[in-house]
Amino acid sequence: MTEHPMGADPGRMDTATLPVETPEAIERALDAGPASRSLLRRGWEVFAENKLALASLAMLVFIVLFCFVGPHIYHTNQVNTNLNDALCPPSSAHPLGCDNVGYDQLGRLMVGGQTSLEVGFAAAIVAVFIGTLYGAFSGFIGGPVDSFLMRIVDAGLSIPYIMVVIILSVVFHPDTVIMIFIIAVFYWLGVARLVRGETLSLRTREYVQAVRVIGGRKSRAVVRHIVPNAIGTIIVQTTFAIADSILILAGLGFLGLGVQPPATDWGDMLSGGLTYIQSGTNYWWLIYPPGIAIILTCICFNFIGDALRDSFETRLQRR
Amino acid sequence: MTGFLIRRTLQALLVVFLVTVFTLALVHLFPGGPIRSLLGPRATPQQVAYYNRLYGFDQPFYVQYIKWVGQLLHGNLGFSTKLNQSVTSLIAQDLPKTIILVLLGTVVSLVFGIPLGLYQAVKRYTTGDYILTGISFLGYATPTFFVGILLVEWFSIDIHLFPPFAPQGTTVGQILADPRALVLPVAAYAFVLYALWSRYMRSSVMDNLVQDYVRTARAKGASERRVLWGHVFRNSLMSIVTLLGLSLPTLVAGAIFIEVVFNYPGMGLAFYNAALNVDYQVLLGFTLIATLATILGNLLADVSYAVLDPRVRYN
Repeated sequence: MTEHPMGADPGRMDTATLPVETPEAIERALDAGPASRSLLRRGWEVFAENKLALASLAMLVFIVLFCFVGPHIYHTNQVNTNLNDALCPPSSAHPLGCDNVGYDQLGRLMVGGQTSLEVGFAAAIVAVFIGTLYGAFSGFIGGPVDSFLMRIVDAGLSIPYIMVVIILSVVFHPDTVIMIFIIAVFYWLGVARLVRGETLSLRTREYVQAVRVIGGRKSRAVVRHIVPNAIGTIIVQTTFAIADSILILAGLGFLGLGVQPPATDWGDMLSGGLTYIQSGTNYWWLIYPPGIAIILTCICFNFIGDALRDSFETRLQRR
Repeated sequence: MTGFLIRRTLQALLVVFLVTVFTLALVHLFPGGPIRSLLGPRATPQQVAYYNRLYGFDQPFYVQYIKWVGQLLHGNLGFSTKLNQSVTSLIAQDLPKTIILVLLGTVVSLVFGIPLGLYQAVKRYTTGDYILTGISFLGYATPTFFVGILLVEWFSIDIHLFPPFAPQGTTVGQILADPRALVLPVAAYAFVLYALWSRYMRSSVMDNLVQDYVRTARAKGASERRVLWGHVFRNSLMSIVTLLGLSLPTLVAGAIFIEVVFNYPGMGLAFYNAALNVDYQVLLGFTLIATLATILGNLLADVSYAVLDPRVRYN
């Protein structure tokens, strides 16, 4: 089949009959089609056939509800410490026991999860947004400008990511919002490189050439044509970026460089646990709940990312 | 080829320039500037100004940059006032220990990852493949430090088989003298890497199995055994070696978490302690060295690729 996302729709071929006033009007007419929407719908159809991915999606919905709705049902004090309860084992009053300053572990898991999920989502979206625009413009402009912009990306990518994130955390003593930017500020580089690669092949397509021929602006070609057609790569990258961001935040939290107390995240909870098990006592409830929460969340995002990649690649094969 | 070499080296030099500018700019990001973090919050403005002049931080950025690069070229990465030790000597002391950890972990993970990845590709979509795929996914999604924590919980708290701390000591000899204490850190590190190699090996072998040269070899009557070991395996191994070369500096950085969990006295632990003490000379020195090693590794990988594989076209 020769259909490509902007072309096969017969109603869109006869641009000659459209009221032609300005290049923008033509572009609007060209844009108006169901291109990216049908692309997404077909992607979803393939995705929905993947049982593992659907189960992962359901699990993620559950985790989100657990973290954000849970505290409204299961009330715990996550502000004041209670040393009488410190390190108490699981019981009917505290289903998952208490941590070293007496916070209820189940409630802590919810509060920590809020931070992990919020930062993970937001950092991934910021990073993918910046990376997509940078990569698309760089690839579209081409020539020495592209070459220089990509050297900046090379430079950033050759700095070991975890080291620079640690340094930035030391410098800024992050709260949740700053944390999002610390994680995103180097993560977008990898996205930029990928999207730029995609752009290099997209910019030679007829419909992108057409925009230039009829005098459309470069920014329009990038934002309205190249980015929507690279949407598969972008969505898949976002999914993996969320998993990566949650892991990085957990790592920083574990090192004690994450969000500042009384806020917490799953990695921060683990760091408290390690101290106590290394002293030789079996406080298993300090480590299993947050550890399993991290693994479960990241595995779900990885499965979903894989399924999305499959579904978008199937679309490519069908073309 | 010469043209390519020159172009590629110039590119690498441009990247080095950008990285060094960025690193020096980071110095000025530290709260209140580098001198404030050196003297502490109770230093008077006069003292800060004095030391700023003494260290040349009051000069224009480009002057600072030229001086600083001159120092770097003489092997001077800065001096840690917190440890009363030069960063270079700190690296000389800790890097060998980290290399031991990385080397052992990498070897162990390759010993499992390569054969099992090959097995998965040959027996793809069987129960064995699915189980191993599940294990690799687990390896991807589990934070390195949590693997370490679990091993401590299982093997030193539940059953007292291995100590929960890595061997201590300042020399490589002291580290190697206590192999029992090395088991858990190496195992934790190897598990995370295993996921990487086995996934890569699996997809690489599967890609190679459908290549024309495999069909040619079969058409010429080569046994399946010979096709697998003589052709596919060797080609897949090539790409693993490249991947290994490319990720070596990343591996060193990745050891940070293992070293912190087990209190292993290597560069990662030193970096972590520097982060807790806001010892910016150590932080930046270590980062710069790791970065330069990465750039060099990328350059060498690209060049060796161009030498070894004539299909690679560069423009």
